[in-house]
Amino acid sequence: MKFPFRITFENRTEEVPKWMPLATSLGAVVAAFIINGIVLWLIGSNPFRVYKFFFNASFGSWGAFSDIVVKATPLILIGLGYSLAFRMKIISIGAEGQFYMGAFFASLVVLVPLVPLDSPKIVVLTLMAFMGILGGALYGMIPGILKAYYNVNEIITTLMLNYVAVYWNNYWIFGKYSDAGFQMTPTFDKVAWLPRLADLASKYPFFSGITLHLGVVFGLVAAILIWLILKYSRWGYEISLIGDNPKAANYAGINIKRNIVLVMIVSGALAGLAGMSEVTGVVHRLQEKISTNYGFSGVIVAWLAKLHPFAVIPVSILFGALIVAGREIQPSGISFLIQGTILFLVISSDVLLRYKVRISRRQEEVA
Amino acid sequence: MTITTGEFPYAVEMRDIVLRFPGVLANDHVNFTLKKGEIHALLGENGAGKSTLMNVLAGLYRPESGEIKIKGKPVTFNSPKDAIASGIGMVHQHFMLVPTLTVTENILLGLKEPRFIMRLAKYDKKILALQEEFGLKADPSANIWQISVGEQQRVEILKTLYRGADILILDEPTAVLAPQEIEELMQTMRILVDQGKSIIFISHKLNEVKAVADRLTVLRKGKATAEGIDPQGLSRADLAELMVGREVIFQIDKKAQVPGEVVLEVDKLSTTNNRGLAAVKGVSFSIRQGEIFGIAGIAGNGQSELVEAITGLRESEGSIRINGVEVSNCSPGKAINCGVAHIPEDRTGVGTAPNLSVTKNVIMKNYTESPISNGWRINYPAAHDHAVDLKEGYDIQTPTVETQARKLSGGNLQKLILAREISGKPQLIVAMQPTRGLDVGAIESIQKLLLEQRSNGAAILLISEELDELLELSDRVAVIFNGELVGQMDASQADLNTIGMMMTGSLRSNE
Ligand SMILES: Nc1ncnc2c1ncn2[C@@H]1O[C@H](COP(=O)(O)OP(=O)(O)OP(=O)(O)O)[C@@H](O)[C@H]1O
Ligand SMILES: [Mg+2]
Repeated sequence: MKFPFRITFENRTEEVPKWMPLATSLGAVVAAFIINGIVLWLIGSNPFRVYKFFFNASFGSWGAFSDIVVKATPLILIGLGYSLAFRMKIISIGAEGQFYMGAFFASLVVLVPLVPLDSPKIVVLTLMAFMGILGGALYGMIPGILKAYYNVNEIITTLMLNYVAVYWNNYWIFGKYSDAGFQMTPTFDKVAWLPRLADLASKYPFFSGITLHLGVVFGLVAAILIWLILKYSRWGYEISLIGDNPKAANYAGINIKRNIVLVMIVSGALAGLAGMSEVTGVVHRLQEKISTNYGFSGVIVAWLAKLHPFAVIPVSILFGALIVAGREIQPSGISFLIQGTILFLVISSDVLLRYKVRISRRQEEVA
Repeated sequence: MTITTGEFPYAVEMRDIVLRFPGVLANDHVNFTLKKGEIHALLGENGAGKSTLMNVLAGLYRPESGEIKIKGKPVTFNSPKDAIASGIGMVHQHFMLVPTLTVTENILLGLKEPRFIMRLAKYDKKILALQEEFGLKADPSANIWQISVGEQQRVEILKTLYRGADILILDEPTAVLAPQEIEELMQTMRILVDQGKSIIFISHKLNEVKAVADRLTVLRKGKATAEGIDPQGLSRADLAELMVGREVIFQIDKKAQVPGEVVLEVDKLSTTNNRGLAAVKGVSFSIRQGEIFGIAGIAGNGQSELVEAITGLRESEGSIRINGVEVSNCSPGKAINCGVAHIPEDRTGVGTAPNLSVTKNVIMKNYTESPISNGWRINYPAAHDHAVDLKEGYDIQTPTVETQARKLSGGNLQKLILAREISGKPQLIVAMQPTRGLDVGAIESIQKLLLEQRSNGAAILLISEELDELLELSDRVAVIFNGELVGQMDASQADLNTIGMMMTGSLRSNE
């Protein structure tokens, strides 16, 4: 007995409807929750209770929501950087390392210190942002140059450089700048703290305990800039041309090698700025494990956002929620499980954009 | 030589096929029949819907309405697999082979057998036997990237035969072949029908159709203007009328003119091919303003490498000067800035970005210049207007300029490239096979455009395997053989025979 229906994929003869990419992304997220719900149920817990808990821990109060946005901030910056690289078909997974390098370079401003710590806040923070961007950019440039001029696979180099950055960081926080032997530096002077909404609590009591800091503005501004670049600039045009057909781009006179390096620099700079935002806005010191795998989640964020800069923002908030809720729940791996499922589904769902699925009755078999 | 068996006279019957793309009615109630054992030619201008109709038959597209019968039995194809199961095999206009795999591996790709253990040697033998039977030679253990385009085509045909096809669709197979190879292909087609296969043959050339086809169907703008007629009595003009719906003037109107200053000067140029072997060996020539210099030769004798060296896409030794400026080993961007336009051989792989819009494809060469460029920005409204101008001025058939380039038919894609290159008012035009795969109407307009550029004082390097066209358009011609220019002469003094002999290397003459 054969299954009475057959499922076929047909080439689309009509345009992909505008809502389709959004629908497939949403569908991937919903399906991921359903699949993981089943997993939760199989291991004996009640998925509804777990998800309710998830929701309360993330969107339940203003304080919780602010925590999510704080988590989303580095994801926005990193997701934007990845979107840029992926559009040129550069498969970088190096934001984790660039993030640590950004954090390290920014921290040097306070640790060395590069400016007297009684300078105005704006001077210190601007310099820190600059250093963070520089650190990430340089660290992105290395795999960029290796790929462009020596044809070294960027997946391998960016992956390996992630480890290098983590251990580099560890060396300095253990070896040189350790706070009494702990694996962290002393807390930064307040001059190096990004302003938080909680700072306004004396005037507006509503804000007390709200952790949201200025870093999120970096993310929003960066999203607008990247959007402008992609949509209107000559460079954005070059990126789309290289991404679609590098041979045609070369034929059109575009310097592909330079563009690979450039994209890796900008992508690294965004991740570096995320590192700076994290040390100045959240932990206020350089320490181990400042990233909860942002470099990994950022890849999923970029794909789920279909590499669109504005879509990166809501997607990052969703992932911020997953990270925040993941902290509250045992086993904590559930949150990563969901993230992984989403990535898998969102990439597979691209099939729906390329083909039309038709379910038809099997034709009678002729003997 | 039509074999008609009593049971089912038609191998294929397509009735009232309708297929629509956004903004185009690609097949408008088309009827098409293929008798068993015949070669049926399908003609039509670029974008007429030939490939689309055949894609319907091959199960790639599902028609909006209409019915298909194979060997007398109604069928509905849900996928290419169903079509293959019904004995249909299609060789597409753009080949679908994996370059890094061998011939045998490509043929076996996607089949149920062999399953886990690839005893390739055994299959090599099977494939050799198949080659023997149909006279289709291709070394089974060679990688695809190592073999010529003609061989690749034979592999595509073998692939369909191996899957048991008895209805073959060849989509513009001769467009990529040298004259010699075309002759071989026709021979193969005859063997195939003698063995009981039926063939649909898409072409733009009447002489080819007359040489092999039993019947002929013509499409124009999605409609059939002739269904299954006999090609023999047909003249070139009749056919052109059927295809484009108006008279086509075949006379090339080339005015005598005195060439001006030297634009391109190539001196002792040498370069290697992708495999590092010498491809161009000490070639020297020059082209003046208002002059067309034609290079004849069989594909693979160094033409591509020569063109790439001149346009900055390949490193070389020796000297290339454009208006006196040394440009050898410069970047493609520098060549463009020196006023070099390039109509590349490979229009989908090099000439266009398939997933970007027509607009984004036509600004490829001038996006850094005003008015398309506006400082760091691209002025997209201006780009849009530019694209619309070109679409209208060069008669590029596309529903809108926002349509992706890959949705254009082969010929319209070529028009897009030409429009883009010529609109830049180039000093030097390097054109490689500019009319390949185009319909008579389009060929006429492209030849006109090239001559217009000649009158405007552009220097033109024309590389073509179409000898007639080359001799008619060029002021001077040379033959390239094995990386060397083996003869330069005035086009008016050249005769087909001598050139033909030079192309195969059996005659050399230097001035
Ligand atoms: N996938 C697609 N999406 C949208 N439009 C398409 C698509 N494929 C083809 N078309 C359009 O359908 C029409 C018919 O195209 P088709 O490729 O069948 O032409 P053709 O007769 O094979 O031409 P050529 O001789 O140039 O190859 C063209 O106008 C083309 O732009
Ligand atoms: Mg076609």
